[in-house]
Amino acid sequence: MTAFQDVTVKELGEMLDEGACSSEEVTRHMIDVIGQVDPKLNAYLTVDTDAALAQARAADVRRANGEKGPLLGVPLAIKEVLNVEGQPCTCGSRILEGYTSPYDATAIAKLRSAGAVFLGRANMDEFAMGSSTENSAFKVTRNPWNLDYVPGGSSGGSAAAVAGRAALASIGTDTGGSIRQPAAYCGCTGLKPTYGRVSRYGLTAYASSLDQIGPLTRTVRDAAILLKAMAGPDPMDATSAAVDVPDYEAALTGDLHGVKLGLPREYFVEGIDPDIEQAVRAAVETCRGLGAEIVEVSLPHTPHAIATYYVIATAEASANLARFDGVRYGARVDGSDPIDMYGNTRAAGFGPEVKRRIILGTYVLSSGYYDAYYLRAQKVRTLIKQDFDAAFERCDALLTPVAPTAAFRIGSRTDDPLQMYLSDIFTVTANLAGICGLSLPCGFTADKLPVGLQVLGPAFREENILRVGHAYEQATPWHKEKPAMLNDR
Amino acid sequence: MNYKVTIGLETHVQLKTRSKIFCGCANQYADPPNTNVCPVCLGYPGALPALNEEAIRLTVMTGLMIDSQIPAYSKFDRKSYFYPDMPKNYQISQYDKPLCVGGYVDVVVDGQKKRVDITRIHLEEDVGKSTHHENSSVVDFNRAGTPLMEIVTEPCMESEDEAFAYLQALKQILMYGGVSHCNLEEGNIRCDVNCSVRPEGQQELGTKTELKNMNTFKGVHRALKAEIKRQISVLEKGGAIQQETRRWDDIAGVTIAMRSKEYAHDYRYFPEPDLMPVLLSAEQIEQWKTGLPERPAARRERIQNEYGIPEYDAGVLVADKLIADYYEEAARLSKNPKAVSNWIMTEVLRVLSENEWEIDAIKVTPRALAELVELLDAKTINSNSAKDVFSVLVNEGGNPRDIVKAKGLTQVSDTGAIEQFVDQALAENPRSIADYKAGKSVALQHLVGQVMRFSRGKANPQMAAEMLRQKLD
Repeated sequence: MTAFQDVTVKELGEMLDEGACSSEEVTRHMIDVIGQVDPKLNAYLTVDTDAALAQARAADVRRANGEKGPLLGVPLAIKEVLNVEGQPCTCGSRILEGYTSPYDATAIAKLRSAGAVFLGRANMDEFAMGSSTENSAFKVTRNPWNLDYVPGGSSGGSAAAVAGRAALASIGTDTGGSIRQPAAYCGCTGLKPTYGRVSRYGLTAYASSLDQIGPLTRTVRDAAILLKAMAGPDPMDATSAAVDVPDYEAALTGDLHGVKLGLPREYFVEGIDPDIEQAVRAAVETCRGLGAEIVEVSLPHTPHAIATYYVIATAEASANLARFDGVRYGARVDGSDPIDMYGNTRAAGFGPEVKRRIILGTYVLSSGYYDAYYLRAQKVRTLIKQDFDAAFERCDALLTPVAPTAAFRIGSRTDDPLQMYLSDIFTVTANLAGICGLSLPCGFTADKLPVGLQVLGPAFREENILRVGHAYEQATPWHKEKPAMLNDR
Repeated sequence: MNYKVTIGLETHVQLKTRSKIFCGCANQYADPPNTNVCPVCLGYPGALPALNEEAIRLTVMTGLMIDSQIPAYSKFDRKSYFYPDMPKNYQISQYDKPLCVGGYVDVVVDGQKKRVDITRIHLEEDVGKSTHHENSSVVDFNRAGTPLMEIVTEPCMESEDEAFAYLQALKQILMYGGVSHCNLEEGNIRCDVNCSVRPEGQQELGTKTELKNMNTFKGVHRALKAEIKRQISVLEKGGAIQQETRRWDDIAGVTIAMRSKEYAHDYRYFPEPDLMPVLLSAEQIEQWKTGLPERPAARRERIQNEYGIPEYDAGVLVADKLIADYYEEAARLSKNPKAVSNWIMTEVLRVLSENEWEIDAIKVTPRALAELVELLDAKTINSNSAKDVFSVLVNEGGNPRDIVKAKGLTQVSDTGAIEQFVDQALAENPRSIADYKAGKSVALQHLVGQVMRFSRGKANPQMAAEMLRQKLD
C-alpha cells in the first residue's frame, strides 16, 4: 500500500470515503512524517498538532454521519500569510511575532467547512516579498531535490512541504509568481487563480491588486479540487468577482483536440537556461501530440513587466505595511514619542528586503514622482493586459517557461536584488493582467532540478489551463518523480 | 486701510448609518471603549474594507439637496500618514473623483441673501479617538470607521458672520436630509477653517492660515473674528502672514501657530485597490432624487398653506427640522393650528432658549400641547391657568386634563358662583364704581381683576366683565 504521504488529495478522499483509513490516522501519520522530514526541509514554521487532530476527529465524525467531500479529513499546509483563527500569522516577519489571528481568512473558512485539516504553517519570504524564501525572518527552507538549493518563493515552505511529502497539498499566495515559481523549483503543481476568483479576505496584503490565493499540489486534479473549494465571490472582499465557479474536474478530459495553444515569442528569448528551454519546447511538442494546435503569439510589452510590477507592487505594499506600527498588535519597540516608537518598531521588525520595497513604494508615490512612476506603471499595466487580450483572441491558453532558470543555490543571489527580481520575469505578467496561471513539472535539468511549464489562461478560464495541464501531466512521468532525499528515509 | 476677508470651510459630517463605512460594527462610539471594533476597523492583517452603500446614498442625498452634480464615476483613494488613532496608517478617502461636485447653500446675513458655493463633497472614514494622560496615551477605536462626509466650500465667504450663517444653513439641510445626527457636542460636525485677508483693491488672495478641528459654530465664529483681527494687525505692522495651521484656544480667545507649511504632509494619495470604483447610474440617481426629503423652503410654503399660519411663523417653525416636525405633529392633532403655532413661537421657544435645550428635551409632547390648546378653546380653562398647566408640563410632563383636574384649575363659568365674586368686588371697591361711572373704562378691568383674585384665577373673565357691566350700567 502507498504510504499516506505519497497519495494525492483525490486518492485520500476516496480512501476516506471507502473507510480504508480515518482522518485522525492520516493526520497522526503526517505529523510523524513532518517530524522526520522537516528538520531537513524547514518547510514549516509551526505545526499545530492539537488543532490538526481535533479537526481530523471532527472530520471523521462528519463522515460517520454520512457526509462526504473531497477535502473532508484531508491534511494541508497553510502559508503563514493567511489568517487562521487562533494561530500565529507572522508572515515570516519579526514584526508580527506574538500576533494571534482573531479570525479565519475566507479561503480558510471555506476549507474548514469543507473539512480540511490544517497541519501547520508554511514558511515564506517575509510578507511574501522574495523569490527564494531566504527572506523569512525565521528559517531558510530547503529544496527537497537538493538541500543546498532554494525552494523558490515566496511560497517556498508550501512548495517544499508538498514536494518533500510533508503535506499532501498546501495553500500559497501569488503576487508575482509566488505560487508558480516555487512549484516549478520544487517539481510540484501550483495554480494562481484569476484575480478576484478567490477572496483575499484574511490574506495579509502585500500588493492588493496583484495578490491571489491558490493551491500547491502534486497533481492538476488536486489543484482543481482545492480551487473549487476556495473559489467564489465574498461580500468581505469587494474585488472578489461575482462569477460562477464551474466544475473544474469536469474539464479534465485528458485530451487536447480542438485546443489552441499560443507560444509568446517574448518568453523564449536569450537568457533562458538551455535545459529549461529544451524541456518547455519538448512539452509543447507533447501537447501538439495530444491534439493541440500550436500558434505563435506576441506579448510585446513583456520587457516592461518587471519594472511595472516593482512600481505597482511596492507602492501598494508601502501603504499595506504601514499598519505594522506596534500600536495594536505584534512586536513593539518603545520610543520617546509615537513617531520614535514607529521608527524603532519598524527598524527592528522588518527585514532588509521589506524595507527596500517600502522605501521604493514610498518614493514612487511621493509628490512630484507619482506621475512619472505610479501613473505610468498603471498605463503600462493596461498595455500588458491588452497584449494578453489580443493573444487570447487567437488561442485558449499560452505555454511558457515558469522561470528562466531552475532553483539556485542558497545564498547565491541574496546580494543582488535585481538578479533576484528578474527571476519573476515570466510570472509577474499574469498578476499584472489579472489572468490565471498554472505551473507544473515538465522535466529536469542536468543537475536533476525540476523544470516548470507555465500554462496561462484568460481571466476566469481556469478550466482551460487545468485541462491543458492535466492532459500534459497524464501523458508524462514528471509529476510522479520523488526527490532522492525521500528514498533514503 | 480697509481689508477684504476670504474664508473657505471644510466641514466633516458623521453620517447616520447603522453600521460603519467598511465593516458591520455598530456606528456608535459612545459605548465603552473598543467594544464596537473588528479586524476591519482595527486594521488587522488581511482585513479588507466592504463599502456600506447607505453611506454612499446619504452622501449623494446631501449633494442632491444642495444641487451638486453627481458624477457617474467616483472612486476611493488611500491617504497615507502615521498617527496612533489611524488603524491602517492610511485613511480611505476620495482624492480626485468625489461623489458630489459643485452645488451651493443660500444664506441670509444681515438681511442680505448670499450664495455660498460648494466645491465638492467626498466620503471617507473617521479615525479613532486618542486620549492623553500624564505618562501614557490611549486610543478608543469605536469611532474608527464612522462614515465621514467632507463638504468643501469655495473660498467665497467674506466674514465670520457669513461662515456662521453657512454652518447653520448647512446643519438645517443635513437635519432635513436625515443624513446626520448633527450633534455638535459629540463631534458629529467638525470644521477646518481657511482664512486670509488682503487690502481692499488687491486682486490676488492673501496668504491663508488654517484652523483645524473646530467643533462648535460659535467657536468658529469667535476664532475667525480673532484670526481676522490678528492677520490684519500683522499686515498693519508691515509683517507677512505665514501659511500655517493654527489652533483656536477658546479660553484665551486667540489662535496659536501649530505647524507651518514646510512640515506639510505628503499624503501619497493613490487609488484604493481594495475597493471597486463607485458607478452610479442615471436611474439610481433619479430614484434617490425622488426620495429626497422635503427641503426647508418647500416645507415653509406647504405648512403655511396647510395650516393657515402666517409666512413669518412658518419660517420660524421650519428653521429647525425637529421643531417643524413637533409643530406638524401637534397641529395635526388640533383644530386650531394657528394657536398651536403661537404657543410654540412664544412659550415653547422661550423654554428651549432659557434652558438651551433641543426640542426633544422638552417634556411637553405635541399631543399635550394640542390638548392644552383645546382646553383653552373650549373655555375649560382660562389663559392664566393654561400658562400654569404649561409650566407643569415643562417640568413634569403628563396630560393637561389630569393637571387641570389635580390642580382644580377648571374655569368657573357658573353664573351664581361668579355673581358672588362680582358682588364682593363691587362691595369692596366703591371707588372703582365711581371711576367707571365717570367714564374711566380701566376701572372695569380692575374690577375683573378683583373677581379673578377672589376666584383664585378660575373665574371666566369674559363672563365676569359682562356681569359687572350689567350691574353697573
